[in-house]
Amino acid sequence: MSHEVVQERAAAPVGAEAAATQVPFRGGGFRHRPLGLVSPLVFITIILLWELGSRTGFISDIALPAPSQALAALVDLVKTGMLWKHLEASLFRLVVGWTLGSLLGVAVGLFIGLFSLARAGLLPLVSALFPIPKIALLPLFIIWFGIGEGSKVATILFGTFFPTVIATYGGVDNVDRNLIRMGQSFGLSWLSIVRKIILPGAMPAILSGFRISSSIAIVLLVAAEMIGAEYGIGAYVLMAGALFATDQLIAGVALLSALGLIIGWLIGRAERYFLSWRT
Amino acid sequence: MKITLDSISHHYGSTEVLNDISFSLSDGEIVCIVGPSGCGKSTLLRFIGGLERPDRGQVLLAGRPPADSLNPLTYIFQDFALLPWRTVEGNVSLVLEDHGIRGDKARAIIDDVLARTKLSDFRTALPRQLSGGMKQRVAIARALSVKPAVMLMDEPLSALDSQTRELLMDDLVDLWTRERFSACYVTHNLAEAVRLGHRIIVLSRRPGRIREIVEIDMPLAERVDRLAELETMQRRIWELMREEARAADMEISDVA
Repeated sequence: MSHEVVQERAAAPVGAEAAATQVPFRGGGFRHRPLGLVSPLVFITIILLWELGSRTGFISDIALPAPSQALAALVDLVKTGMLWKHLEASLFRLVVGWTLGSLLGVAVGLFIGLFSLARAGLLPLVSALFPIPKIALLPLFIIWFGIGEGSKVATILFGTFFPTVIATYGGVDNVDRNLIRMGQSFGLSWLSIVRKIILPGAMPAILSGFRISSSIAIVLLVAAEMIGAEYGIGAYVLMAGALFATDQLIAGVALLSALGLIIGWLIGRAERYFLSWRT
Repeated sequence: MKITLDSISHHYGSTEVLNDISFSLSDGEIVCIVGPSGCGKSTLLRFIGGLERPDRGQVLLAGRPPADSLNPLTYIFQDFALLPWRTVEGNVSLVLEDHGIRGDKARAIIDDVLARTKLSDFRTALPRQLSGGMKQRVAIARALSVKPAVMLMDEPLSALDSQTRELLMDDLVDLWTRERFSACYVTHNLAEAVRLGHRIIVLSRRPGRIREIVEIDMPLAERVDRLAELETMQRRIWELMREEARAADMEISDVA
């Protein structure tokens, strides 16, 4: 029985006088260690295995082009100077659509967070419109905003608008009520309370909303460039797909992924700048 | 400036929290309000500062606040209520900005109040870097910067450990000895009440009524050396409250 086991253990320590043993350590665990080298290693390993599989013929060329082929397509893109044309077109749509969508989203989110009337009137509308896939509305956007840049920017704008609204009003709701009461007790004006207490207090939620909306913007970029786009990374990917030029397709997808990483990194920097006061 | 509470009563839903409370607070006087938990003492303080409105009765101000007072009724909160994204000086300047005090004028006021609360070396620190006692000092500095006529203190030391509490109590006594501010001080800690109060208002359990008003006729500065006398006084108040505190403890809360 357990009783005997305990006795055995007690008898086990070496030497006659060594009745004292160290308390066994059982803490730790569940805690993450920073392992910065792991993620690049995982990336490199996967790409190497992929390349190896393609070279040995284990992965057929038709199923998946080798990373080196995709890289060649990318180099080609740089050499012909098309990369910058595509990037320029895409970045323009992304930046304009995302900026406008975010600005409007923060504004409407603040309205919903601050005014009961706006909350009662707009919140159901937001809830009803948010789940609509904006891609489905693309034909409408083309009719409304034209086949040029308008419809493409509008798709991204609408896609980023709703998650920003929801993140912002959630953030406003979560601002510590005691801080607002403090502001009132010192006689701060309504505008001061909004500007100096509510807005900074909602900032963490707004910035994490930006993380989501920027990814949505990249997803929608490809959709927006489906129709009537000559240049753009999305157009390039779609064109490659239509021609079954899988090496170009992979190159384009890698570009989108890199774009996402860069935007994520930028938002991380913004968080560190704006939220340095957090523990 | 004198504050008079005239038969204040209040309900939250169907629960009566305060019943017919009347008392007054004169210049340079510290009135402590004690009572078992849930007797509505914090609510009462919110009425005095105009953050909430009582159902019946009124809070009256007699006389004018000093001309240089920017915010005559100024709170100090239990949870400090500092903006975590502003530094120590930023938190003080927050309450000056709305009065159009900026630049050199603001800097002079901030220097002054930080010196009075022994915070001069911490002006660029963020709240998260400060201990609880330091945070409450910042809140006191912020309150002093608007030159209050009356300080409304809602359990200001309750979130602090007992040693810090002791230190801050000494600081408050020093401050009062120098500035003779008047204050309404809500606490559940009787030791604080007998150390800081000129008068102690003992509230009964819900609905809060005034059970007794205890006058302590001993200069604040002397109290730290006459703790034995205070101890008897404290025990007397505790005897008044004991049964009700027990009953309050056994209660299932239905008020938010």
